[in-house]
Amino acid sequence: MWKWITKYASPMHFYLLANRLTPWFGWSAAVLFAVGLYGAFFYAPADYQQGESFRIIYIHVPSAWMSMFVYMVMAGAGAAGLIWKTKVSDAVARSCAPLGASFTFLALATGSLWGKPMWGTWWVWDARLTSELILLFLYLGYIALQSAIDDRRTAARAGAILALVGVVNIPIIHYSVIWWNTLHQGPTISKLDSPSIHIDMLIPLLVMALAFNLYFAAMVLIRARMEIVEQEKNSKWVQELIVDKVSV
Amino acid sequence: MEQLENFFHMGGYGFYVWLSYGITLIVLLLNYVMPRTREKKLVDRLNQISKMKGQGENES
Amino acid sequence: MNPKRKKLLFTVIFIVAGVGIATGLALMAFQENLLYFYSPTQIKDGEAPGNRNFRIGGLVVNGSVVRNPENLQVSFTLTDTMNNVDVSYDGILPDLFREGQGIVANGAINSDGVFIANEVLAKHDENYMPAEVADALERAGVEHNYKNNQALP
Repeated sequence: MWKWITKYASPMHFYLLANRLTPWFGWSAAVLFAVGLYGAFFYAPADYQQGESFRIIYIHVPSAWMSMFVYMVMAGAGAAGLIWKTKVSDAVARSCAPLGASFTFLALATGSLWGKPMWGTWWVWDARLTSELILLFLYLGYIALQSAIDDRRTAARAGAILALVGVVNIPIIHYSVIWWNTLHQGPTISKLDSPSIHIDMLIPLLVMALAFNLYFAAMVLIRARMEIVEQEKNSKWVQELIVDKVSV
Repeated sequence: MEQLENFFHMGGYGFYVWLSYGITLIVLLLNYVMPRTREKKLVDRLNQISKMKGQGENES
Repeated sequence: MNPKRKKLLFTVIFIVAGVGIATGLALMAFQENLLYFYSPTQIKDGEAPGNRNFRIGGLVVNGSVVRNPENLQVSFTLTDTMNNVDVSYDGILPDLFREGQGIVANGAINSDGVFIANEVLAKHDENYMPAEVADALERAGVEHNYKNNQALP
């Protein structure tokens, strides 16, 4: 097991593995997006209160979930980079930031477009919306830090510390709707008692969530392998694999 | 035809629903296209550097 | 893992735990300001600020909505099932505004104890279901189990 991990922690093996996995993740994401969208618009019925506007849930909720999940991956990879000083984990952490920022932006934008017709406002400063906005700032801060520091090692270390400090925001986002009175309603899926979403509405949501996860997996590998090639551009394996196109 | 119109109308929420999905589509596509373009440029640059190095070696 | 890396690992854990606890404490202290709205009971108990605008949250009492046919003036009663507050509002209501719905209004209490709202937002619950299912539930008389657990602090 340990040997296997150290093998894929080597940049070249990670590059090869990423190359091999990306199309699988990418195409299964595309298929699930198609299935999920069909479900979102044709299989799921309209909501009893919100009517057709409820269909925004199929991108709003997966985006919000991903915004938190990607942050945990980024912080985890950053911590691994701090502890074991592996170049691969630094590349993964760095690759998470723009994707996480995109998901957070989507959660906020689609939430706003949903809130306007339903709540009657584009934005309110309640605990859920504010903590999600802070998450966007954390991502943007991380990206800014990466571009501000030239030395890759130092940038990765500083970014990892920022990411780890920001982890406290994740439980705050999740529990904000329970801890405080917010305009945003409580959790639907992770609630412990009876399910509060009809099964016909839930299935497309889970399909979309899986599609978002696979999309993220494919995109983070595309970015990470590029980061690695950039880092290792003077190494022999990059020369052989990418420039001379020697097959392995 | 009317069915299609109803579909795009989304019970009066068409603007909000389709704008949400539109923004999502654009962001997800950009997140694919941008790194792919960068990757292509990177590989091109590596090829160029390698070519120049090769010429340099031949000339000297 | 060599000792140096172990030390770094502990430093990292220490930083995260420290910041986590500090943030938790800070948030506890600020909890009052993070309250997005007050319930009718909190207002009755005098917890809501009397001298400035604040938000009230509750359910619109069935049959309490009175609309002025000539303008947008509307009045209704908000409840948290224990206490009621009368609300008066002049403006456009959100699509989800209806009797039995959870809403949040921003404004202030006047001398007669009426809440004069300058903004009314609808708060929906975390339940999603097709209309037929909602109708069936309502017929079975369980409506309030899924509708009333929101907007209440």
